Amino acid sequence: MVDSKGNSELSTTISVKINDQELKVLEGITILEAAHEAGVKIPTLCHLDLHDFQMYNKTASCRVCMVELMDEKNNRNKLVPSCVTQVQDGMVVRTDTLRAISARRGAVELLLSNHPNECFTCPKNLECELQALAEELNVRKIRWEGERMDYPKDISSDAIVKDANKCIYCRRCETACNEIQTCGILSGIGRGFNSFVGPFANIPMVQSSCTYCGQCVQVCPTAALTEVYHTDKVWEALNDPDKHVVVQTAPAIRVALGELFGMEPGTIVTGKMVTALKRMGFDGVFDTDFGADLTVMEEASEFIYRLNNNKTLPILTNCCPAWVKFIEHQFPELIHVPSTCKSPHIMFGTIAKTYYAKNKGVDPDNIVVVSVMPCIAKIAEAKRPELTKDAHNNVDIVITTREFGAMIKEAGIEFDKLPDSEFDSPLGETTGASVIFGTDGGVIEAVMRTAHEWLTGKPLEKVEFEELRGLDGVRRATVKIGDREFNIGIASGLGNARMILEDIRDGKADYHAIEIMACPGGCVAGGGQPYHHGNNEIIKKRIDAIYEEDSRKRVRKSHENKEILELYKNYLGEPFGQLARELLHTHFEERERI
Amino acid sequence: MKSSKIEFPKELYDELGAFIDSLETTSGALIEILHRAQEIFGYLSRDVQLYIARKLGIPGAEVYGVVSFYSTFTTKPSGKHTISVCMGTACFVRGADKILEKFKERLGIESNETTEDGLFTIKDVRCIGACGLAPVVTVDGKVYGRVKEEDVDNIINEYRGKEANNIDKVLR
Repeated sequence: MVDSKGNSELSTTISVKINDQELKVLEGITILEAAHEAGVKIPTLCHLDLHDFQMYNKTASCRVCMVELMDEKNNRNKLVPSCVTQVQDGMVVRTDTLRAISARRGAVELLLSNHPNECFTCPKNLECELQALAEELNVRKIRWEGERMDYPKDISSDAIVKDANKCIYCRRCETACNEIQTCGILSGIGRGFNSFVGPFANIPMVQSSCTYCGQCVQVCPTAALTEVYHTDKVWEALNDPDKHVVVQTAPAIRVALGELFGMEPGTIVTGKMVTALKRMGFDGVFDTDFGADLTVMEEASEFIYRLNNNKTLPILTNCCPAWVKFIEHQFPELIHVPSTCKSPHIMFGTIAKTYYAKNKGVDPDNIVVVSVMPCIAKIAEAKRPELTKDAHNNVDIVITTREFGAMIKEAGIEFDKLPDSEFDSPLGETTGASVIFGTDGGVIEAVMRTAHEWLTGKPLEKVEFEELRGLDGVRRATVKIGDREFNIGIASGLGNARMILEDIRDGKADYHAIEIMACPGGCVAGGGQPYHHGNNEIIKKRIDAIYEEDSRKRVRKSHENKEILELYKNYLGEPFGQLARELLHTHFEERERI
Repeated sequence: MKSSKIEFPKELYDELGAFIDSLETTSGALIEILHRAQEIFGYLSRDVQLYIARKLGIPGAEVYGVVSFYSTFTTKPSGKHTISVCMGTACFVRGADKILEKFKERLGIESNETTEDGLFTIKDVRCIGACGLAPVVTVDGKVYGRVKEEDVDNIINEYRGKEANNIDKVLR
């Protein structure tokens, strides 16, 4: 028997009884875990266990998982929170006594007594874990009326909205922000009834060092933390006859979007997604994967340039804007280390407003580029001042996977019944290399596929670099290219990134190239993806789907993408050449840490 | 603290820095450090909190979380005179809440706030051990016992009067 953390060594088995079921479980596990083995469901709210990504929240603050420990002989039955109470030999647990049921329901009623009654218009309507519990625990009235929190909403940032009145103080966001991401932006402020979660000195989020990775949003059970919504802007653009509206979808969207329409996690819905976008009226339906292939061309060239000219190594990938903001705030002394490449969707936007505009004969001023992203940081990234060129934004509007799902519903499209379609040309051809940008380790694998062929001048037979794949938050592998060996590092989750950056700063690292993704698991687990509600398996299925999509592709190396090659031939010139550097590269800024 | 930003002299930061350096370990010492900082600076400004955060290598939010949790810490400079109204049980049953309300009303501020002229800060404090004199108010350590609502104006005027005299003296 193995517990949820994979510990099987030196474990003793003990006997417990849950609702009359006798079972043998490992010593050290919690009542909640034992109940799960017995097929008994205990509701939870603050509890979070994403064990494959080492993300645990065990604050036991919500009291929704109360069960009764039976000691009838001594007339000393007692209520305990099952999420943190370990099983003991001979323990008798009941989840179905009147006392246990009322304790759980009472905890939810108390939370609801201080929660805004606005489910109809709440962005988390039908996705809210508190709302779901009210239904699951059969709450039919709230017995208590009393004081309610009344804080203004923080809408200062471009990416995240903080509504403290909906905070139930579960501290999941703090765990994500402080322990996993080590950003330390969020903390419990004040004490007692008036406490809430916020940044240092309760400054507006925009003044904090928040990276907008959105992991807090992804784990928030209510709508205390949500993204800034832009769906109305997209509808406006689509209904403006003067605008030529093009859309691009990030690699991770196609393996998660289906979940919003009741499909199995990991269902690949690329074709249906394209059809939906065409029916919504976009003038061009393209793929961020094209931008990813372009990124590989530039980043592999930059890597080889740095390698051959004794320039700074390691090179760090920088497709992830949350990671970029992290290094700017937390390691300003290292901002010369990342690749200067713009991120794939920004590269795509730049090409749409230049090459594509020219070919189509459309005034770039009238082109609106919409990015559908699994990410919240991308919303803020698109507004960075240096990412506008000649007064054109590279990307005009960013919406998350969730917002995209909402738009499909608004349009009355029955997603699961849609036929498949192909992306438009010429910015729609993509490769397997670009698809794997959606999972952690994918960017560096894609770059290695191209760098390998360019450095050896020989075709790469086996394109899968298995050594770069896996679920560990920090991975290290040595890749042999010709007679040279390259040390590759991969970190997903900003806490893991911090460890690698500290090694680089202290001169302890011997890496040649490193990929960093802010979200544990990569973009498939991004802050803008359908809520995984703490279900580890959903993220793993999305990762598997990404690799499956790659293996299905005819072309699996970015430098073999014909439309990319045409783009260089007809417009950009050489990869990492003068025009490419001007259009496709950017710079970073040192920022304060607050 | 964007408005009314007060720069503290470097010596004060050096003093706090030396104190932190003198600690055997800083883990678990945040509260002790905050107490010392408040002694040195009088209150815990944003800059002082960030100085501590950076010195200890912990997030500013963590420092602020602790500062905002304990009522003993203050993030605002205190007024020239601190009026402390005891809200201990004995004082409370003898109407300390009404005394506190009266001070708030007369000075137009809440607890832990300072009047605009910088003269008064009101604090509601726990038992100060003078229950026999309940309800008790102290101003800068001077004790006023068995305070009635109608005494509040007199107490305030006593200190306003002192200030006026001081100004008169200076002007003369």
